[in-house]
Order: sequence, then structure tokens, then C-alpha cells
Amino acid sequence: MDDLLREFVTETNESLDVVDVELVRFEQDPNNAKILGNIFRLVHTIKGTCGFLGLPRLEALAHAAESLMGKFRDGAPVTGEAVTLILATIDRIKEILQTLEREQSEPEGEDADLISDLDIMAERLAVPPQFTVGTLTPQVLERPLRPGEDSLDDLERAFRATAVEPMPAKPAKAVEASEDDTGKTANQSIRVAVDSLERLMTMVSELVLTRNQLLEIVRRHEDSEFKGPLQRLSNVTAELQEGVMKTRMQPIGNAWQKFPRIVRDLSAELGKQIELEMQGAETELDRQVLDLIKDPLTHMVRNSADHGLERPEERRAAGKSERGHIRLSAYHEGGHIIIQISDDGRGLNTARIKAKAVAQGLVSDVEAEKLTESQINRFIFVPGFSTAAEITSVSGRGVGMDVVGNNIDQIGGTIDVKSVAGEGASFTLKIPLTLAIVAALIVEAGGDRFAIPQLSVVELVRLRGGSDHRIERIKGSAVLRLRDKLLPLARLTQLLGIDAPTAAKDDDGFIVVVQVGNQTFGVVVDAVFHTEEIVVKPMSSKLRNIAMFSGNTILGDGAVIMIIDPNGIARALGGTATSELAGKDDAEAASESLQEPATSLLVFRAGSPQPKAVPLSLITRLEELDARKIELSNDRHMVQYRGQLMPLVRMSDQVRVKGEGAQPLLVFSDGARSMALVVDEIVDIVEERLDIQVASETAGVLGSAIVKGQAVEIVDVGHFLPLAFADWFRRKEDPAQATVRSLLLIDDSPFFRNMLSPVLQAAGYQVTAVGSASEALGLLKEGRVFDAAVTDIEMPGMDGFEFTRQVRADPRIAAMPIIALSSVISADAIERGRSVGFHDYVAKFDRQGLIAALKEQTDVGRAA
Amino acid sequence: MTEQSQAVKEFITATVGSQLFGLPILRVQDVFVPERITRVPLAGADIAGVLNLRGRIVTLIDVRRRLGLGARANEAQSMAIGVEARGESYGLQVDAVGEVVKLDEASLEANPVNLDAELAAVSAGILRLEGQLLVVIDVDRVLDVGTRAVAA
Repeated sequence: MDDLLREFVTETNESLDVVDVELVRFEQDPNNAKILGNIFRLVHTIKGTCGFLGLPRLEALAHAAESLMGKFRDGAPVTGEAVTLILATIDRIKEILQTLEREQSEPEGEDADLISDLDIMAERLAVPPQFTVGTLTPQVLERPLRPGEDSLDDLERAFRATAVEPMPAKPAKAVEASEDDTGKTANQSIRVAVDSLERLMTMVSELVLTRNQLLEIVRRHEDSEFKGPLQRLSNVTAELQEGVMKTRMQPIGNAWQKFPRIVRDLSAELGKQIELEMQGAETELDRQVLDLIKDPLTHMVRNSADHGLERPEERRAAGKSERGHIRLSAYHEGGHIIIQISDDGRGLNTARIKAKAVAQGLVSDVEAEKLTESQINRFIFVPGFSTAAEITSVSGRGVGMDVVGNNIDQIGGTIDVKSVAGEGASFTLKIPLTLAIVAALIVEAGGDRFAIPQLSVVELVRLRGGSDHRIERIKGSAVLRLRDKLLPLARLTQLLGIDAPTAAKDDDGFIVVVQVGNQTFGVVVDAVFHTEEIVVKPMSSKLRNIAMFSGNTILGDGAVIMIIDPNGIARALGGTATSELAGKDDAEAASESLQEPATSLLVFRAGSPQPKAVPLSLITRLEELDARKIELSNDRHMVQYRGQLMPLVRMSDQVRVKGEGAQPLLVFSDGARSMALVVDEIVDIVEERLDIQVASETAGVLGSAIVKGQAVEIVDVGHFLPLAFADWFRRKEDPAQATVRSLLLIDDSPFFRNMLSPVLQAAGYQVTAVGSASEALGLLKEGRVFDAAVTDIEMPGMDGFEFTRQVRADPRIAAMPIIALSSVISADAIERGRSVGFHDYVAKFDRQGLIAALKEQTDVGRAA
Repeated sequence: MTEQSQAVKEFITATVGSQLFGLPILRVQDVFVPERITRVPLAGADIAGVLNLRGRIVTLIDVRRRLGLGARANEAQSMAIGVEARGESYGLQVDAVGEVVKLDEASLEANPVNLDAELAAVSAGILRLEGQLLVVIDVDRVLDVGTRAVAA
């Protein structure tokens, strides 16, 4: 009885999974009698078996569901409501089955609620045939149909179907046909307990090991008569291994089976119309792997439905069909299976991912600007990262793609994402077909051998004294300069806490370059032997807490060795490596600010092949806009940007505003206003000391500087701002202060401080810029001496007039020339300025005038 | 195990240091000489390593260290008693394996209160033999090294 019951539970569970899928299909294709027949048959079988085994609850449920479906077969319209009800019944049956499996008996309980719902629904559905629309005359039956009788409507329906199909096919016939089909396939397969297969696999693994040992022995005895038979044994073993591996293979469709139901329920819950397409469901992979990717896949499908696809009204607004589309596909490639999950939704919100990555400190502002969209999108796989702003019942519970990424990592797979804003996102998973037997690199460290999975090994580097490859150290952390990149290094002996007998020298050994996710690092080992197909055996439960090992194996020579887990090393390295790097950055930044401040420069091309650069601090944002969005208004290029019209300014006539594709823009904002410079291409962001060596006569170019060994034109942003808004400079005050050798620049606006500093530097001044008059006074009172001061007049707190009065009142600094900058140049203001002691008065954006005035004043100062 | 006491039971005796131990024979799979032991980096000190015993990977537990008796002399001969727990194979590494003795479990005495804590942790009781005491080992408790390894 036990066996019978177990078999019943297994079989019924499988049947129900099929019913689940088929029902969803049937709902979309209600005229497909074959599907309905299949469902009907499965439920009927369940009902029959339940009766036979004496399971009244299950029988009653199956019966009620069957009679409702009978109505469908009789031609009742298939409503979502009815299907939902049947699905609910199936869920209930599954619940009961679970208890049955555990306790060997049906649980106590009542299903009257569901059964009465089902009956009511069946009643309701029984009516419609009387109101069939079409050319038929509504017909009222004088008495209920007897079994075996067909209503007129049904006959009419059958008649119409016949007209379409070449073969007269009555629903009942289709059912028989499908029964035959499945009957045949069923006879070709037998049910085997998973345990038996596992045991078989273990035995084969041991056979492989023994074979390897024998081969090892025979190799030592040259002319052994064992050679021939052993060769045969070896071949047979290999085939046996392959055969047993095959029995463990399952189609990926098994992991997908639940998706149609999940998607159907989700679309109801979210009020979205979703179509699920599945391709390559027959692609096979090891059942162990299959189990491990089931949950990540489910999560991703849910994600696509919940976050990826838009609501119908949004889709309509975006010019897409209301029905969202999720596509799953799988195929083999090498020793891997490639699984793709794509949707035609809104794509990833790259801006939000970037903002979050910066907020979480995963990347600095400046670095973030440099990253490509796909690099930014990869942040979603970083542990602890989830962008779901609102928590829905479906996903966004704080676990997100980061968990998926982690799971995939753990089985040695990779995951990649492609996303186009407004067009959808596509995730590609690359998973090894099996975890049981892997190729591994055998290495030695501290006298012991270890296996490193070949899958994560990128390359090997030989270390030798005097060769190009040399280990360098940054504050104790070893790195290797490999093709112009710094590769963090770790000694395997150190990672594993082995006392190396010989304090191995740095310049001898091998570096195994390992890649885990997007982290690449080098593991230093003493020796590298060969690669070997190893049979992975799980670590003893007493040793499973050691994160550095993923398992162990028996080598051909009979020795047990540990299999290194690259993920474990990555984690061990991760903590220390990042913190040390961060520390180094700070230290560097601090020491640099003491000498010459390095400026972040954005290098780009516009109009000519020669690179141009502008201080990054002046730029508010880098944008790439769809060129089609650029409009021409009043002869000027404009674009709608964040709810405002933003003027576009070309750097020169040679710069073409693109007609299509993405147009890169440098956006400058001050207060509520923005303007954008049109450029051809954004090249890079570099940190350089800004040292303008050749001043320029060309308007809009400050001069040339050497950036990364190349001459680069430093663009004068100040020249372009008034081109966009003539009154740009008048809206704010801008103190600039410079001396022939040293200049004090006072302005409350960081924008103008940033803008004027390079201008004045270009003219040969050393500039100290401060943000307020009181700060400037503070510096002067400390005894700092400047050859001249350039100050804005209108500033919050102390203004330019007051500043000048105070300077003049202090005998130690009273002689310092002060030049006022103002957007308001009136005779009145000039007079007032003279009276408080300004030496000169210059319009704010008159750079030539400012430089001329400075020259005059500092020369005077010098002469005096 | 201490309660089911009517019958005479068989024990395998083993010595670690100068102490005589007994393991219930029903738990013992085999007795072997541990060879080609692979040490496991980062594992607790109680774990002597892993080895290949006829195609199975066996985790070897150093009973000396498990009982806090200090390290084994490097070249000293040792023996191992193979046991199984939850489908995994273990070897208990001891100094020497003695003989199979039949003992009446009824005479099993509880651990003296002043028994060394580490010994008490693995002892199921004490049996008096002629001339010496035999500590009955509770195999499952000896194998309970996982948490200790983490702490170490």
C-alpha cells in the first residue's frame, strides 16, 4: 500500500503540474479541444485513482473540477474566473497530497467551499449554450440532454469546426488521439528513484578513480600485458560515466513548468497583460544544477513581470502593444547552457542604479561618470543592492538581483544584462551543465596540492626574477602589473593559513589569474601541475564551514585534495582589498592637495580630432540624448530637458548637431538654468594638474595643456555661457582675485570660482580662491600676502564694498590693489567703488579687461 | 545507550595516552592504519585531515587533541577506528587498538564529578575492568567537533 500511495502521489503531482500549464494555455486558446482533452483525461485519472485508493476528499475535489471542465468540453465559454477556480482546486489538491505524503493519510477537513463554488460555476456555465450568438436561432431545450446527446449548438459548433479542418474531428476523438500519443511515450520510460541514480553516479565516480589509479600504475611498467585490457576498461568506463551523467540530465522545461501559472497569476494581480514565450524547453542539464537555478529563474521572471513590464496605459503611451512580452530561451553552447530571459518593458533604470551605487559608496561620483551603461547595470548583482523603490507583494522585498547573481556565482555560472531604456531588458545566464565532474587545475602551495576549478581560471603567469612580471607592493598589499592593469594578489598559503616552510621569495612561483563575477585577482602558488577531470565530493559536514573550499576529490594517485572555492577567496580578498584601496586614495588625495591640486578633467572631442578638455567640476551632468529630441527654435538648437527648454551651444561651427542616434552633451547648470555644449564624443575623465602652457587667442579656448602626455585644448566654459543666456553672468556675483604671482579670488559662487581660476592661471597668476569676503579677510589677517585681490561686489554676508573698507582700514594690507567684478557697470557704482578704495572696476565676463586691469595694478604694486 | 542495560555488550578497546577507552562495536565499521593523510587548512585542531579509504573520503579526528591530550609525536604509529554518522565516514585516530571485550553494561557507572571536562564531554560512563578503568566513548559526541572548529 505504501508503495502504491507513494507512486500515486508522485504521479499525481506530475499530472497536476501539467494541468497547471495546460489550463493556462487553454485559457488563451479556448477552442483547442486537444488541450482540453488532455486536461480532462489527467483530472479524470486522478479522480479514478482516488476512488480506488479510498481518498474521498481528493475524489470529491477532482470530481467537481472535472464536471466544471466538462462544461467547457460541452462548449461553455472559458472564463478567467472559471479557470482561476479550477487552479485554486488544483492548489488544494496539491496541499492535500503533501499531507498525504507525510502522514500516509488524507488530512481532516472540508472542501465544501470550493466544491460548492465549482458547482455554482458549472451551473452558470450550463446556461450559455442557450444564448449562443451568431446566426443560430436561440433554442430552448424542452428537457435536459441525456448522456450521449449533444445540444444543437454543439452540433453546430462541430459542423463549423469541420468546415475549417480537413479531417472531421470531434473533440472526443482528439482526446483519444492524445491518449494514444502519451501512452506510447509512457511505455518508453520508467520511473527510477533519484537516490538510485545518485548511488549509481557515486559508484561510477569511484570506478573512474580506480581506473585512473590503474592507469597510473601501468604507466610505470613499460611492457605490461595489462595495457590492452586496461585501455578497453578505460573506454568503457568513460562511456559508462557519460551514460550515467545522461540519466541525471533533465530538460530545463522542468524548471519552467510553473512559469505560465506564475505569470498568469501575476498578470491578474498586477493588472498587466503578459505573454510568456518559452523556447528550448527541451534543453537538458544536470538535475542538481537545475535545482539550483530554479529559484533564481523564478525570481527573474517575477522581476520582469513586476518591474520590467509597464502597465497597459504606460505601454500604450509609449507606443507599444498593451500586452507585455516575456521570453525565455535556452540552448547549449560548449559545456554550458545559455538561458536568456528578456522582456519588452521599460528597461533598467540606469540613472537610479547609478545614484544608488554612488550612495552606497560602491563607486565614486567621478568614476560613475566614466562607466558605460552596461557597467552601471552590473551593479544590480552586487550583494545588498536592490533598487525597488516601492515594495510590492511580488518582488522588491529587499532581496533582488544581487541574490540571483550570488546564486549563479556559486555554481560557477555568469550572468549578464543588456538593457535599452524603453525597449526592455535581457538577462543572459551561462551555467555549467554539471557540477559533479569538473576540470580543475592542480596546483601546489606550502607542500600541499589543491584543485582550482578551471572554469574560473583566466590565465597563468610565470613569475621569475628579472622577468617583466614583478610583484609590487602598495602599503603591504601585493599587486602585479599585468598589461597596464593592477591585479591584486594573494598567496594561497596565506589565504589558507599554511606556514610556508621556505619563506618563499616574491619573484618565484606562478600566479593563477582567477575571475569571479567582475572581480579579477591573482592567486600566487608554488607550482602548477596539470588539469584533471575531477569528481567533486562534498566536504564533510565538519569542514563545510571553511569558506575557502567547495569540496574535495580523490586524484588519480589516490590522494585526497581540497577544491578551492574561488568565491571564498574573492570574499576573503574583497574586504581587505577594497578597504586598502580606499585608504590609498585618501592618502594620495591628501598629499596632492598639499602640492598642486589635481583637477578632474573631462576630455572630449568637438569639431576637430584634437582632444579638448574642461574641468569636470564645472559640468553638472553628462548626457546622451536621443538626437531626434533636439528641436530648432528661433534658429537655435533646443532640447526639452527636465521640464525646461535647454539651449544647446555648439563649440564651433565645425560641430554638427546630430540628426539621429545619441547626441552627447555637456550640461552646465547654475541655479535653475541649464545649457548644454554639443560635443562629438566624450573620451575620458582624467586627473591631471591643470597647467596651461600655451595661452590661446581663440575665443572659447583658454589654452593648451598636456593631459596624459597629449596636448589638449582647455575650453573656456565662460565664453559659451553667455551664448546660451546673455545674462548668465549678471545673475550672480563673482569675485575673482589674482596677483601677478599670487592672487586672491573672492566669489560666493563655486561655479565662477571654478571658471575664473583657469582663466587667471592661464594669464600667469597663482590663484587662491575663497567663497566669502570674511574668509578672505581671515587669510589676510593671518599674514598671507597677495599681490592683488579680485572680488565680487554682491555677496551674501560681507559684500565687496565692505571687504574693501576693512582692507583699507588695516595698515598692514591697506596697499593691496583690489579689483571689483560686477555685472552692473554704472557710473554711480564705479564712483562708489572708487570712494571705498577699489583700484579698478571690471565687468564680470570681460576677461580681457580683467587681465589687463590686473596687469596694470600688479605692475603698479610692484613699482611701488 | 546507558539505559538499555540488560545485555552484555561488546566493545572495542583503544588507548589514547595511558587511558583505556571502549567503543560499542555496533558503531564500528572497521579498523585501519591511517595513511596518506591530507591535512585540511583552516580546519579545527581536532581534525587530523582527510584520507582516501577504498574510494571513500574519510575525515580523520585526532582523539588525542579532541581530549586535550596534546599533539601526537610526529612519527608515532597510530590506528584509526572507522565509524559512520549521518551518511558520512569518520576515522577516530587513536594510539593503539586493543581487543574486543564483552562487558555487562549494567555495571556502567556515571562519570565521576571531578572527571576532566573534555573527557567527560565524550564519555558515556565508566566501566571497571580488572586493574584499570575503561571510559566508554559516546561516538556521536566525539564527532561533535564542528562548533569547536569554528571557535578555534
